Amino acid sequence: VLPAGFGNLMQDVLWCFSQVKGTIDIGVTEADIISTVEFNHTGELLATGDKGGRVVIFQREQESKQQPQRRGEYNVYSTFQSHEPEFDYLKSLEIEEKINKIRWLPQHNAAYFLLSTNDKTVKLWKVSERDKRPEGYNLKDEDGRLRDPSMITTLRVPVLRPMDLMVEATPRRVFANAHTYHINSISVNSDYETYMSADDLRINLWNFEITNQSFNIVDIKPANMEELTEVITAAEFHPHHCNTFVYSSSKGTIRLCDMRASALCDRHAKFFEEPEDPSNRSFFSEIISSISDVKFSHSGRFVMTRDYLTVKVWDLNMENRPMETYQVHDYLRSKLCSLYENDCIFDKFECVWNGSDSVIMTGSYNNFFRMFDRNTKRDVTLEASRENSKPRAILKPRKVCVGGKRRKDEISVDSLDFSKKILHTAWHPSENIIAVAATNNLYIFQDKVN
Amino acid sequence: LSTGPKGFQAPLVFQDTQEKETVLPERAEEAKLKAKYPNLGQRPGGSDFLMKRLQKGQKYFDSGDYNMAKAKMKNKQLPSAGPDKNLVTGDHIPTPQDLPQRKSSLVTSKLAG
Repeated sequence: VLPAGFGNLMQDVLWCFSQVKGTIDIGVTEADIISTVEFNHTGELLATGDKGGRVVIFQREQESKQQPQRRGEYNVYSTFQSHEPEFDYLKSLEIEEKINKIRWLPQHNAAYFLLSTNDKTVKLWKVSERDKRPEGYNLKDEDGRLRDPSMITTLRVPVLRPMDLMVEATPRRVFANAHTYHINSISVNSDYETYMSADDLRINLWNFEITNQSFNIVDIKPANMEELTEVITAAEFHPHHCNTFVYSSSKGTIRLCDMRASALCDRHAKFFEEPEDPSNRSFFSEIISSISDVKFSHSGRFVMTRDYLTVKVWDLNMENRPMETYQVHDYLRSKLCSLYENDCIFDKFECVWNGSDSVIMTGSYNNFFRMFDRNTKRDVTLEASRENSKPRAILKPRKVCVGGKRRKDEISVDSLDFSKKILHTAWHPSENIIAVAATNNLYIFQDKVN
Repeated sequence: LSTGPKGFQAPLVFQDTQEKETVLPERAEEAKLKAKYPNLGQRPGGSDFLMKRLQKGQKYFDSGDYNMAKAKMKNKQLPSAGPDKNLVTGDHIPTPQDLPQRKSSLVTSKLAG
């Protein structure tokens, strides 16, 4: 029998703790802060990138018949240093090694491929398994030392012998020197031949095979930088139409572009913007309207955007306003002054769809994250915390008290920990499994298996 | 759980004959901010932030200045910046030694532990 209150969870999904990765440290090392999380297309692999330029890939283990309650757990599969810190002496620019985004390519063969990017350089990594090695070379012995050719009297054919599984990550392509400004997004095209990289002012189109050239497809840099009024904040290709992509701006607008229309897509095919009541305008209006993430639905019919206080779902056929708006943490509206002073107002939250596009999820502060069911219009606030880390423990919904009497297990706005921010989350492509990055820890939650 | 209708929260409006007073939380916060920082830009948060965003990572080392100063000084040591590496005045120019030494983390991620 479940305690009262659980009946409000949408879709009768009960989220349970599954795993947590990372250590409990008093002080968090900056390099350990997770900066991106992404499942691959089958959900078999889960990749994280961090501020230290490292990538860790987890693989889901096969489900065992002996323990049906335990769905496949994610264990470390491979880890490597993707990017290193650099200093551009010519421009006097320090280039962080922080991994801004990871995007997987669909799988064609036994190897896995992913793109990882920092502020300036995109890299294509190949992750492959090796479980056999050749033995019995003629010209060198088993240690690798060359044999004296005059001592070789017979020839033999080397044979492949099994060895302990080794997972290797190798950089196959490095796409560098194409971005003057800082890369915020990468997106693999549905043609699987090209991908785009977007920085504050420009978007480039690459072919996976060609690293010394890229096509510039969007350029919003004004002739006079004094006239700069908005920047590109995120970009993504349509999931099915290889000619279509969207990009969002710091002014809360989304532009949909069609690459068939012209080589340089500075003129949008569609322009999405919500009308603003001018009497509501304040110093903060533009800052909080800046879109931090844009994601197509799996169906390709909708686009979701995240700004500081809301998540919005837009119908591609309706440009003049969003179809749905969800309040993530509206109580922060009366805290904007201090959030501006501590820079939290510039935090860039991401948002994700579930596999069927029926539920959307995004993070908040105090290690809270929110889910909105688009059909039932119900929402829930959950918390990623070590206190709820017993195996298969059901997560209890959390509630922020907005003034007035605070109930026993509610938390008041003033008690929220703004250093505990959940900026990055990921949802398995077909199952109710989510990965939530809480600073230097990665939580994996699953729905309850009966 | 779910708060508010779609779109912006509607402001509460009290009207009397003389003036219209809105109790919009954002406006109250704006007033707080302006009281603390009276010299804050007249323009609403916009271009200043954009320029700051574009300048991220910019350090003030000029290889031209550095090499010319080195040539001038010949054998002498270049004055290096004081404890506050960002405040460089007079003949002091940033030297490579003043730049943050960034080395890649050779430690495996703790997530893989």
